[in-house]
Amino acid sequence: MAATSYCSRAVAPLAGLLLLSFGSLATSQIEEQAEQFFRSGHTNNWAVLVCTSRFWFNYRHVANTLSVYRSVKRLGIPDSHIVLMLADDMACNPRNPKPATVFSHKNMELNVYGDDVEVDYRSYEVTVENFLRVLTGRIPPSTPRSKRLLSDDRSNILIYMTGHGGNGFLKFQDSEEITNIELADAFEQMWQKRRYNELLFIIDTCQGASMYERFYSPNIMALASSQVGEDSLSHQPDPAIGVHLMDRYTFYVLEFLEEINPASQTNMNDLFQVCPKSLCVSTPGHRTDLFQRDPKNVLITDFFGSVRKVEITTETISLQTDLGILESRDKEDWMDEELIEPLKYAEQLPVAQIIHQVCFQFILFKETSFLISEK
Amino acid sequence: MVPVSVVFTRESVPLDDQEKLPFTVVHEREIPLKYKMKIKCRFQKAYRRALDYEEEALSLGSMQEAETMLAEPQEQAEGSLTVYVISEHSSLLPQDMMSYIGPKRTAVVRGIMHREAFNIIGRRIIQVAQAMSLTEDVLAAALADHLPEDKWSSDKRRPLKSSLGYEITFSLLNPDPKSHDVHWDIKGAVRRYVQPFLNALSVAGNFSVDSQILYYAVLGVNPRFNPASSSYYLAAHSLPHVINPVESRLGSSAASLYPVLNFLLYVPELAHSPLYIQDKDGAPVATNAFHSPRWGGIMVYNVDPKAYNASELPVRVEVDMVRVMEVFLAQLRLLFGIAQPQVPPKCLFSRPKSEGLMTWELDRLLWARSVENLATATTTLTSLAQLLGKISNIVIKDDVASEVYRAVAAVQKAAEELASGHLASAFVASQEAVTSSERAFFDPSLLHLLYFPDDQKFAIYIPLFLPMAVPILLSLVKIFLESRKSWKKPEKTD
Repeated sequence: MAATSYCSRAVAPLAGLLLLSFGSLATSQIEEQAEQFFRSGHTNNWAVLVCTSRFWFNYRHVANTLSVYRSVKRLGIPDSHIVLMLADDMACNPRNPKPATVFSHKNMELNVYGDDVEVDYRSYEVTVENFLRVLTGRIPPSTPRSKRLLSDDRSNILIYMTGHGGNGFLKFQDSEEITNIELADAFEQMWQKRRYNELLFIIDTCQGASMYERFYSPNIMALASSQVGEDSLSHQPDPAIGVHLMDRYTFYVLEFLEEINPASQTNMNDLFQVCPKSLCVSTPGHRTDLFQRDPKNVLITDFFGSVRKVEITTETISLQTDLGILESRDKEDWMDEELIEPLKYAEQLPVAQIIHQVCFQFILFKETSFLISEK
Repeated sequence: MVPVSVVFTRESVPLDDQEKLPFTVVHEREIPLKYKMKIKCRFQKAYRRALDYEEEALSLGSMQEAETMLAEPQEQAEGSLTVYVISEHSSLLPQDMMSYIGPKRTAVVRGIMHREAFNIIGRRIIQVAQAMSLTEDVLAAALADHLPEDKWSSDKRRPLKSSLGYEITFSLLNPDPKSHDVHWDIKGAVRRYVQPFLNALSVAGNFSVDSQILYYAVLGVNPRFNPASSSYYLAAHSLPHVINPVESRLGSSAASLYPVLNFLLYVPELAHSPLYIQDKDGAPVATNAFHSPRWGGIMVYNVDPKAYNASELPVRVEVDMVRVMEVFLAQLRLLFGIAQPQVPPKCLFSRPKSEGLMTWELDRLLWARSVENLATATTTLTSLAQLLGKISNIVIKDDVASEVYRAVAAVQKAAEELASGHLASAFVASQEAVTSSERAFFDPSLLHLLYFPDDQKFAIYIPLFLPMAVPILLSLVKIFLESRKSWKKPEKTD
C-alpha cells in the first residue's frame, strides 16, 4: 500500500516534468516554424503563364492557363506581377456558344475568365522570341511595364506552360517550337543576372518531362504532367461547348489549389502527389535536384501566392515641428483659397427659345415660299 | 580607403609623443569573403596637431558649441572623417563616455597619458572610424546576392538594391468615408520633412514622390476584439496577409521602371476603432506600424475618440503629419539600409540632424552602394563574356561594343577612386559602370535564336542537299574515271 502510494507520488512529479518538457518543446517548435517562415528568402513573387496553342479545339490549353491565373491571383499575386500570354482568344471566339466565358468544369460550374483578366501578350504576340525576351529581359525599350518581367534577385517566379509538345520541344502557335536546350539557356541567363531567387517550372504537355531534363541552373524546381514517351490526356468534354475543357493534370492541380488559402502551410510534397497515375493516366514527374531547400520545407504559397515578410517598426526618428513655417503655410493656403473663384455652371442653352425661333423661322420661310410660289 | 585625419589637442597625449606629430599611419584590414575573394579595407590616419581655433573650440563647455565652431572653416570631402583627440580629463564629454560621434563626419575621442598612447588611441580611433564608415557586415550586405548565404538574415534582405532612381508613393486609405472625413496635408509634410531627407540622399539616386487617397479600401484581415482594452487588434502573424488585397488597388506606376516604395496610412473604420497592432508577445506596438522589406510600410492611425462627441458623422479628421512622418521616415531609413552601426563601447551618439540623416550615414550608404555597383558591373560583364564564348554566332553591334568599353573604363576608374578615397567620384563612376554594363547585357539584339542543335542541322540540311549532291557526285566520279581512261589510252597507241 505504502509502496504504491510512494510510487504514485514519484510518478506525479515525473509526469509534471515530462509535461513541462513537452510544453517547452512545443513552444520551441512554434518558434522554429516561425523561423522557417523566414527561411525562403524571397520578398516578392512573379508568375509567367503561357498558353501556346491556338484554334478552337485547343480550348483546354487556354482554360488551363486561366485557371492557374485565377488561383495565383486569388492567393495574392497582383496583376502587375503576372505576365499572362494567351495564344488565342477563346472567350470571344465566334465558335464559343457562351461568349465571354471560359469554363473549366463541365456543366459550366466555374468560369475562369471573370471580370478582371489582364492578358499581357495575346494572340500572335505569343512567340518563342517574345517569350525568351520576357524571360531574359532583352526587351526593346518601348515595351510597357505590364509586359515586362521586372524581377530581381529576391523574386520567386512561377512559370507555367501548356500546349502541345514532344520529346524535347514545345510547339508555339502551330508554326515554331522552343527546345529544352533553349529554355535551359534562358534560365541560365536569368541566373547569371540574378533575375530570380527560386523558380518553379510547371509544364502540362505530352512528354512534358523532357522539357526539364536539360536545366542546369541552381534553384529550379520542375513539375511535368507526363514522362517521356507518354501523352498527357484531357479531362472531360462538355457537350454544350463541344470541346474538352481542361487537361487532367491541371484539373487536379486546380482542385488542389482551390483548397489553399494565403495562410496555409501546405508544402511542395503535397503538390507532387497531385494526380496519381490512376486519375491522370500519365505519370507526373518532378525534378528537385537543382533546388537547394528540401521540398517539404517549401510552402505552396512561396510560389503561388504572395505572402510578404513583415517586420514591426520599432523605432521612430524625432522631428521638430517648425512653427514658423506652419504659420506661413497657413497664410499661403488662405491666399490660395482667395484666388480660386467660385465656379458656377455656364448658362444653359435656352432650348425652348431656340425651338421657338427655329419653328418661327421655318413657318416664315414656308409662308414666304408659299407666297413666292403663289406669285 | 578611408581618409581619417586625427587632430590632437594639447593635453591629450604625453609631450614626447606630441613631438612626433605630424605623421601618417595606415591601418589595413583584409576582409575575407567567400570564394577566396578578399576586400582590402584601408584606413589612412593622418595625425596632426590641433590648430588654434580648434583648441579653442574643443575647450568650450558643451558639444554643440564646439561643433558649431569647428564646422565653419571647411566642408570635408565625402568619405573622409576627422577625429579630435581631447585630453583625458576634459569636460566636453560626460565622464564615463570615451568617444562621441557627431552628425557631420566628426568624432571626438578621449586621449590618454600613457606610454603606449598612440597605440591605444589608434585602436579607439579605428573603432570609431569603422562605426562611421565601413565594416565587414556592411560589405557583406552589399555583396549579398553575389555570394551564397548560409543563413538568411533579415538585415541583408531588407534594403533596396542600388538603382538609379526610386519612386516613393504615400497613400491614405480611408475605408469608411461615411464616418471619417480625413484630410492630410501631404504636400506640406513632404515639403517639410520628406524633401530635406531626400535632398540629403539625392546623391544616391533620383527620387520622385507622389501621393494618393484611396476610399473604401479595406485590409485583408478582420481585426479581433480585445475586451480587456476594448479595442481591436491585428495579431502579428496576420500582418503578412494585410498587404495583398490593398496592393492591387495601389496602382504601381506604369510610367517609370524604377523600384517603388509604398507608404500607407490606414484610418480604421468606426466599427473597428481603435485598432492596434500587436507584436509576437501580444503587446501593442508603440508606433502602430509595420514594414515589409523592399516594399514599403503601413501605419494605422487611430482617430481621437474625443472627436466623436460633438458632431454627427462624418467626423472631420485632421491627420497629425508629424507623428506620421516620424514613422514613415524611420521606415524609409530602414528600407534604404541605413542601419544602426556597430557602436564601440562607451560611445555617445549625437542627436540626428533635422533632416533625419547624418552625413556619415550617407557616406556609409555610398561606400556600400559603390561596392555593390562594382560587383554587379563585373559579374554582368563576365557573364556577357561567357555567353559570347559559348554561342559563337551572336553578332555584336558597334554600340553594344562601345557600351562594354565604357563599362570597363568606368569599373577601373571606380576601383581607383575607391582606393584613393574619393567617395563621390567613385560612386558616380560605379553607377555609370552599372548602367553601361546593363545596357550592353540587355541589348535586344543579343537574343540568340540561332541555336541549332546538331540533329536539327542534319534534319534540315540533308534532305535539301543530299538529292542535289547525289547526281553531282556520280558525274564527278564518271569524269574522273573517263579522264583516267584517256591518260591510259595514249600509252597504248604509241
